[in-house]
Amino acid sequence: MTSPSTVQDTAAGGGSTPLLSLRAVNKSFGAVHVLQEVDFDVFPGQVTALVGDNGAGKSTLIKGIAGIYGFDSGGYTFAGENVTVTNPKQANALGIEVVYQDLALCDNLDIVHNLFLGREITKGGRLDEATMERRAKETLAGLSVRTVKSIRQQVASLSGGQRQTVAIARSVLWNSKVVILDEPTAALGVAQTEQVLKLVRRLADKGLGVVLISHNLNDVFEVADNIAVLYLGRMAAQVRATGVTRNQVVELITSGRSGALGLAASEALATPPGARPDPTGPLGAEEAS
Amino acid sequence: MTSTLLPETVETGSDPTIKDAIGDYVSRVRGGDVGALPAVLGLVSLTIVFAALRPSTFTSAFNFANLIHQSAALIVIAMGLVFVLLLGEIDLSAGYSAGTGAAVMGIVLTRQEQPWYLAVLAGLATGALIGLCIGLLVSRLGIPSFVVTLAAFLGLQGVLLKLIGEGGTISVRDETLLALNNDDLPVWAGWALLVVVVVGYAAVSVSRAATRRKDGLHADALEVVLAKVMVLAVLLGAATLFLSRERSRNALVSSIKGVPQVVLLLVVLLVSLNFLLGRTALGRHIYAVGGNAEAARRAGINVARVRLICFVLCSTLSAVGGFLLASYDNSISPTTGGSSTLLYAVGAAVIGGTSLFGGKGKIMDAVLGGLVIAIIINGMGLLNQKSEVVYMVTGVVLLVAASVDAISRRRAAATGRV
Repeated sequence: MTSPSTVQDTAAGGGSTPLLSLRAVNKSFGAVHVLQEVDFDVFPGQVTALVGDNGAGKSTLIKGIAGIYGFDSGGYTFAGENVTVTNPKQANALGIEVVYQDLALCDNLDIVHNLFLGREITKGGRLDEATMERRAKETLAGLSVRTVKSIRQQVASLSGGQRQTVAIARSVLWNSKVVILDEPTAALGVAQTEQVLKLVRRLADKGLGVVLISHNLNDVFEVADNIAVLYLGRMAAQVRATGVTRNQVVELITSGRSGALGLAASEALATPPGARPDPTGPLGAEEAS
Repeated sequence: MTSTLLPETVETGSDPTIKDAIGDYVSRVRGGDVGALPAVLGLVSLTIVFAALRPSTFTSAFNFANLIHQSAALIVIAMGLVFVLLLGEIDLSAGYSAGTGAAVMGIVLTRQEQPWYLAVLAGLATGALIGLCIGLLVSRLGIPSFVVTLAAFLGLQGVLLKLIGEGGTISVRDETLLALNNDDLPVWAGWALLVVVVVGYAAVSVSRAATRRKDGLHADALEVVLAKVMVLAVLLGAATLFLSRERSRNALVSSIKGVPQVVLLLVVLLVSLNFLLGRTALGRHIYAVGGNAEAARRAGINVARVRLICFVLCSTLSAVGGFLLASYDNSISPTTGGSSTLLYAVGAAVIGGTSLFGGKGKIMDAVLGGLVIAIIINGMGLLNQKSEVVYMVTGVVLLVAASVDAISRRRAAATGRV
């Protein structure tokens, strides 16, 4: 137990091969170095929680994965192959879908319309409503969604949890392999949170790689298989959820290290890529700044 | 969260009967989804009022045909505005786009002495160009459409003056264009049009219901579909019968009967634009952008392109409306499409049920709302009311329509519909 996030019993993924893998990615906006040498793995059939304080770089990381913008440097492998993802279409083509925090649903359209928004099925230039409705029903049934009365009702009439369900269902409609959920339970009540978390679990059980971004450690410990902690633009640790305690995760989020886990003080900005951080060093000043 | 866990009741239950369909409609209206109801009620009540006050003139077949001619231009311009209003935008220049399109058509027709179809093409191209400029400024530069089209409203007024000359007019002498909004179809053609519309509507509805049922999806029961077809057939049949009567004061000198030609144009526009909005991906994207532009963008919809297309459609349809104005007036002047044309057209769309907030509206709204406004203007004219009263009454009706929109929205928000 001397090395931080690489020891086998706490290693993320539990020994399986990652579906999506980032190695030493960097991203800067002007002079601000937002992501520094970040490694990140998403495993099929597992929920990987991505946690970190505000400004830690969570959004930047997922936007890079989703192709909203490209990373400045670093490796991006998907299903074992090196890929380049610089726009959302490329990410979608690989099977990567993002469910955004503010939902991105159109209130004035019904559930079927929203599920197929922007990717309508057409037949001879006409919308193929019957096929879309059938596939929508199949998808919702496949996710064991039973709470919507009719899939032809407007999204405006749905509760927060149902809306989140629709947004998640949209992400799995396209044979997606990786689904990234940005704070899916942030605005939900207790029962609805439970409902959405069950859905998140079902996504993983169907073999998808799920990334769950959350501030709520209750949610994280309830569904996550792996926990990745970002601290000021660095990956403090990516570990099995069963291998860490709640307090350790809180320490990792707030200070970047917790006992043997996490960043080392000697991991300065100038550290060459691939260098092993020294787990015993104290928290460096540049980390805190 | 809906506590009922009944996903199957709606989908596998038996198809709704007429009673269910009516009950469903009533609950939708009570929930704030009033649709075309206010416009239809307005049409009926205004007709009753004017028919009671001027039984001999208002209800004559001559006046009924006249009403259609009066409202045609308004309806077409309003159809174009529906596209822009669906985005939550506005086109204040639609009236002068109509005038400018008509002026270009008139100039090509008279000064260039080209055939009518080239003149019409030139007019349409002018409308499309105006829409392209407005659309580019709104969608690429992000200037609010209110400002861009206000500038276009002022600018096009100048262009129209420049084209026609101060105090000048261009008279339209081309037979085809004059016939467009003055003449009638032969009586048999009017009936043929009726048959095509009713049979076409029935065929589309029945085949859609059949396809859906084959796919195991919920569909309207055959009796519901047939009831709708019957209502349509009776209403349109009565109108056609009425218009097929002789309405000339002196039938021996000149016979006037049949469905106005312009109805054919209105039907073609109504059906094709309805198809565009309701059955194509582009139409769906227009509603999506109007409902939540950010969601549409994230779903991969090219929002700027959708906006551009809507403004081009609006101005092009305005040009068509301009042709109808020119045909009705037999001439084009610097005031063609001016004064209250635009405001009446926006009013027509809103009275019909199109929301100024975007995301809600249909092409049919333009037709119903346009008829309501035309009936007010027509009926008040028959009552020998001065234009000051007509303006005031129209204003009140528009205000009522906007209130209905706002109130139904509040109800809709309360019951979870938009």
